[in-house]
Amino acid sequence: MTHNPDLTSSVIFGLGWLYLLLALLNIWWTARIMKGDPHRDKEAAGWGAYSGLLLMAALAHLTGSSSPEHFHIRMPNFIKEFIDLGAAPVPYFTLTMVLFIAVVVLRKWFVKETVGWVLLNLSVLFLALSMTDYDFRQIVGKPDNVPIVSMLFIVGFFTWLAFKRAVDNDERRAAGKPLFEQEKNEKILVWPDLVYSELICMVVVTVILTAWALLLPAPLEEPASSAQTPNPSKAPWYFLGLQEMLVYFDPWMAGVVLPSLILVGLMAIPYIDYNKLGNGYYTFNERKFAILTFMFGFLPLWVGMIILGTFLRGPNWNFFGIYEPWDAHKLEVLNNVNLSEYFWIYWLQARIPVAPSGAGELTKILFILQREWLGLLLCLFYLAVVPFLLAATIFRSFAIKMGFIRFIVFSNLLLFMASLPIKMVLRWSFSLKYLVGIPEWFFNI
Amino acid sequence: MASVGDYIRGSQIWKSIFRHPAPIDRRNRIVVMLTNFFLHLHPVSIKQQGIALSYTWCMGGITFFLFLAETVTGVLLMFYYRPTLEHAFNDILALRDVTTLGVMREMHRWGAHAMVITVWLHMYRVFLTGSYKPPREFNWVVGVLLLVLTLLLSFTGYLLPWDQLAIWAITVGSNMARATPFLGHEGPGFQLLNIGGFDLITNASDARFILLGGRFVGEMTLNRFYILHCVAIPLVVALLIAIHFWRIRKDGGISQPL
Ligand code: HEM
Repeated sequence: MTHNPDLTSSVIFGLGWLYLLLALLNIWWTARIMKGDPHRDKEAAGWGAYSGLLLMAALAHLTGSSSPEHFHIRMPNFIKEFIDLGAAPVPYFTLTMVLFIAVVVLRKWFVKETVGWVLLNLSVLFLALSMTDYDFRQIVGKPDNVPIVSMLFIVGFFTWLAFKRAVDNDERRAAGKPLFEQEKNEKILVWPDLVYSELICMVVVTVILTAWALLLPAPLEEPASSAQTPNPSKAPWYFLGLQEMLVYFDPWMAGVVLPSLILVGLMAIPYIDYNKLGNGYYTFNERKFAILTFMFGFLPLWVGMIILGTFLRGPNWNFFGIYEPWDAHKLEVLNNVNLSEYFWIYWLQARIPVAPSGAGELTKILFILQREWLGLLLCLFYLAVVPFLLAATIFRSFAIKMGFIRFIVFSNLLLFMASLPIKMVLRWSFSLKYLVGIPEWFFNI
Repeated sequence: MASVGDYIRGSQIWKSIFRHPAPIDRRNRIVVMLTNFFLHLHPVSIKQQGIALSYTWCMGGITFFLFLAETVTGVLLMFYYRPTLEHAFNDILALRDVTTLGVMREMHRWGAHAMVITVWLHMYRVFLTGSYKPPREFNWVVGVLLLVLTLLLSFTGYLLPWDQLAIWAITVGSNMARATPFLGHEGPGFQLLNIGGFDLITNASDARFILLGGRFVGEMTLNRFYILHCVAIPLVVALLIAIHFWRIRKDGGISQPL
């Protein structure tokens, strides 16, 4: 393999602007603290010193003081190796889940302004240092991937903002005070207040879009050729979560049934959620279950799997660390086993039932059903019996308030959503391929 | 200067267009909202918190603005682009290398990506403020349809440059249709749809075939996606946005705590 330089003068120069931006942001932050509260002068001094360091880093980048080989501000190798070591689906999903739970549990702490600012700084620094790695740049710097990187920051920011408002309102409720949205809520005229903010908003969006368009050329690859399949072939980035599901489900589930159910499920939300509270204001405590379910679907499952599909899946849809070169010959041993094979071969020590050759259609069907009875029964149990078990136990109050039909729809949608993480865990822990494997009918679950 | 301004505002042409004096006093600020076609989408007065940036994040508004920007840049691109195997790729190449306003392609592509992100965030906000609850249930449903159509707009547009990135992304995406239960020729249950032993669903008649206009991504696909992208979907989106906005007003404006 050819050796590509991790750093070039133009990369260093580009990163200089990023450090300069971060330094300016932190100078603004320092000034904000000083103006806001004279008692926080020690803290302000700390931020001031940090801004100075950033400014120096920016200068070191922008002046091109040393040659790229001898440039020292880069991601240390041991960190890269450490991160790539854990690069596999299981640690990735565990990490996203841990982050998600941590944010929810520690929300009072997470919404503090200083915490948010520190997290922002850490993630920008991580990005800047990572950009000194050749392979990281190859994937993050792809023009179509730039919006995904910015989406990460934007989604992070708005999650932070929503939690901040929710925590604030929950505290107001506990103290018997009016909600934030109820304070200072006079009627005002739409002209000028709304019309002008809309105008400003349009100008800002236009400026951002124009700058983005001028700075970053749209991708154009070789002319289309049906003879040359690129490896990996990836769907457009917003569908990569669905493509990632193909690892765990067959196309009819991952590409048709589950996406349709996502849409049906989204449309059903207003008719399922009987909770009257939390309409028109941010809150967490008043609608814990609804918010947790939605956020779980949106953050780790949807956005998380897009990140995974975009940045971490390489040739042959193998998993690659963020600093790992995409090697098309990397081998991943796939030894996945069907439930029917587990049942007949491992547990009963018997042969898998196969219809004798020349058997009639009906006999064939019966043999298939005999072979797969356990998986079929499990799936039936999951969709038809588990809802009643839930209704009798943890979702008792839901079932009573929702009524029969609503609850059945709700629990089935929830179970379909849960089927993805369940299948993932089964795959990781038992190398389970299909619960029901009937390739004869293209019916694999 | 003031007199020139006054002269223009006093002219018959100006008055015929705006029908009232400039919105500088309370009365005319109300009148402008009622008489201007574009502004009449809005109410005359509104609760302060309903338009607070930290409440709505302005994401629905930005999505709408991006839709308009996509329409304008898209129409300009249509002047240059021909959806045929012979021309498609070269026309895009020319946009990059020759055409003066070629940057329209960048604006259109990045605007599309941005619109996907803002529509997600808009949904996220609407969920987190519980704004889908009565009486706004139906507007949420309209919103979900808009979400799907936004994604489909992006998806159909992705094919048009006709480069390797385009056709393979569409191939991967549309391969799913092959596995549609009953209606795809590799989907569960398609064998049930047969008459006297002849399968109704084959690779030349299934859901994927209808989507692509062929057995693989080819010239007919380009044609179909072009029409979907430039005509069919935008029309439906425009209609749904109109309904969406109308319902916001009818449902009592932006949601508020009781
Ligand atoms: C092309 C896509 C869309 C456009 C242009 C659009 C536009 C808007 C605008 C301008 C508003 C006013 C308030 C605001 O800006 O937040 C709004 C409100 C609303 N949108 Fe959308 N929207 C779109 C998609 C969606 C989606 C995907 C959903 C949900 C699934 C949705 C559900 C709603 C609801 C329920 C409201 C009322 C919110 C409230 O009263 O607080 N919309 N939409």
